[in-house]
Amino acid sequence: MHVFEKYKGVIKTMKFNEQKPKEQKSEERAHNFNEVCLGYTKEQAVEEAKRCLQCPVPMCEKGCPADISIKKFIKHIADEEFDLALKVILEKNSLPGVCGRVCPAEEQCKRSCISKPAININLLERFVADNSEKIIKNVKKIGKKIAVVGSGPAGLACSSDLALLGYEVVVFEALHKPGGVLIYGIPEFRLPKKIVMNEVGYIKKLGVDVKLNSVVGKLFSVDELLKEYDTVFIATGAGLPYFLGIDGENLNNVYSANEFLTRNNLMKSYKFPEYITPIKKAKKTIIIGGGNVAVDSARVAKRLGSDVTITYRRSRAEMPARDEEIKHAEEEGIKFKFLTNPIKIIGKDDVEAVECIRMKLGEPDESGRRRPIPIEGSEFKIKCGQVIVAIGQGPNPLIGKTINLNINEKKSIIIDKDYQTSIKNVFAGGDITSGSATVIKAISDGKKAAKIINKKLKGLK
Amino acid sequence: MHKIKEKKVLAEKTIMLKIVAPDIAKKAKPGNFIMLRIDEKGERIPLTIADHDLETITIIFLVVGRTTEDLSKLNKGDNILDIAGPLGNAIDIKKYGTIVFVAGGLGIAAIYPQLKALEKDNKIVSIIGARKKELLFLQDEIKEFSDKVIVCTDDGSYGKKGFVTDALKELINEEKIDRVITIGPPVMMRAVSEITKDKVKTVASINSIMVDGIGMCGSCRVRVNNEIKFACVDGPEFDAHGVDWDELLKRNSKYKEEEHECMCLKNIKA
Repeated sequence: MHVFEKYKGVIKTMKFNEQKPKEQKSEERAHNFNEVCLGYTKEQAVEEAKRCLQCPVPMCEKGCPADISIKKFIKHIADEEFDLALKVILEKNSLPGVCGRVCPAEEQCKRSCISKPAININLLERFVADNSEKIIKNVKKIGKKIAVVGSGPAGLACSSDLALLGYEVVVFEALHKPGGVLIYGIPEFRLPKKIVMNEVGYIKKLGVDVKLNSVVGKLFSVDELLKEYDTVFIATGAGLPYFLGIDGENLNNVYSANEFLTRNNLMKSYKFPEYITPIKKAKKTIIIGGGNVAVDSARVAKRLGSDVTITYRRSRAEMPARDEEIKHAEEEGIKFKFLTNPIKIIGKDDVEAVECIRMKLGEPDESGRRRPIPIEGSEFKIKCGQVIVAIGQGPNPLIGKTINLNINEKKSIIIDKDYQTSIKNVFAGGDITSGSATVIKAISDGKKAAKIINKKLKGLK
Repeated sequence: MHKIKEKKVLAEKTIMLKIVAPDIAKKAKPGNFIMLRIDEKGERIPLTIADHDLETITIIFLVVGRTTEDLSKLNKGDNILDIAGPLGNAIDIKKYGTIVFVAGGLGIAAIYPQLKALEKDNKIVSIIGARKKELLFLQDEIKEFSDKVIVCTDDGSYGKKGFVTDALKELINEEKIDRVITIGPPVMMRAVSEITKDKVKTVASINSIMVDGIGMCGSCRVRVNNEIKFACVDGPEFDAHGVDWDELLKRNSKYKEEEHECMCLKNIKA
């Protein structure tokens, strides 16, 4: 409050206006997979950066899980020193193009910004990531080897930080492309795969070796890795889709969101038959769930030509998806049915309808959100040709089958505050430890774990 | 990248490839499969590891759709872009007594590594079948590791005339059987499980449609004893009497139209 008071006068006399990035028009973008937000032009980025008050105590930096020197990089943009701006970011974050797009900035850096409206820090990060050359720092190798399991955000963040500290890092990725959820989960129109590959390319240039098609738990066991590496960091994510356990869930055209998104994002089935992985299209699609994955699935289905309705058992206010994504979905013509819970999927071979029950909100539950309660006798049917179940994901179970790590009742790997698992020299972070969270939380985990691994291996306290 | 070391046409539309993949070969066990993607635009398909040595894995496939068609065009020296494995659970190798393998079509390739591993401690009877003589393969290899082999063809062009299930029906009345392992088209496996129900413990290898093959998507989900299982990580072998075969058959045919579209497009281009 104190800081805010001090700058109040300044804010009122600001001569720069908030810069809004160009976006693809909703009617156009609902029919293609090109990126929705087109980002800033150089002029816009500089204007927006000049709006930054350069606070003596930059509150925004306290809100950044990656610890980026936000004030400094924005100053460089204002001075049109874009390469220097990127250099500042890369000191802390090797995935600026990814974070600039998918970070919930409004809940992090932007939330603490005292300018009104807040500086679009995420868009500035994205601008320099997209428009400047990443300079590779030469690092002297220190002769210690780290195995990282999983090349999603946690694994990439951990491996790049360790590489910058001189470790030899090998990342084992089970799929044929690196990036984890950034590749198989988040759709092209929100995070172009070219951006992911570019940032993975940078991390590789730092000396990180990425081994694809390497399923740890099958091809190599963690024990085998421990023989060859000083430390193993497990970041295998939350890749196991949950199902509702209701009748009809195995009918054709009922997809888990993971399957629907993996087919489209990793396998590019939206380009079928050029890419030969098929995807079913339906005139009408029902999405079950209210998180970012549900909204992503809805927007993909829309682009495949479907009429899409998201059903969510609570109300708009409780939706875990980012506001911006919900807004984008609404603009694209996606419908929402709140306080609606599917209880049965109906059909013979293929899906024909979903039977739902109306809900009302009761007292808050352990998540702090008001608990949905079914209203008896309120059942109704919605006709549709496709259902996508997006009610959450759990930890991928594969690795747990070959190593005796302590796990909790949700099958997540248990770690202490130092990311240490129950087995010596084995650390874990990201969604495999927390259930299902955000990309930036995983990046933050990966970075913190890297710091601790470095300390331990160097015998520092 | 994985180089093809050897290619052999084993029967009509049935091709064997020996592929260089030393890491996978070292770990491969009977019952394991791989996920394979030929090139950048390719799909990921599961294929059983039919055999392996220290350097290579052997896969055998039937040309049935777009990817197997593309795969059949590759030759010795060509490369396959991606192979991940060994996936799925390996079979339990132990003493059961008399094991009857019932395999149809491509299933013959999948039983081979299993009977080879189980032969030492068990009496092995193999019932293998195909529509006609030209589609049979691997007979000598199966014979080598079986105590008895019954070959059936639907049209009687070789061996016994009739289905493998007819031969099984006869055998079940003649001999004490401790375990039946069946691999082949789901319709055949369903028929096998109907014959052995309440009589012999039977396991079936489920070949449902997969995308990642590592438990991430649930495309391959199958209902077994009323529980949802993922064939890729919980299987591929399941209690045949618990499998919801009708559901599996429906799910396995869901991309028929797309498969057709893909093939047509390929033919037009060709």
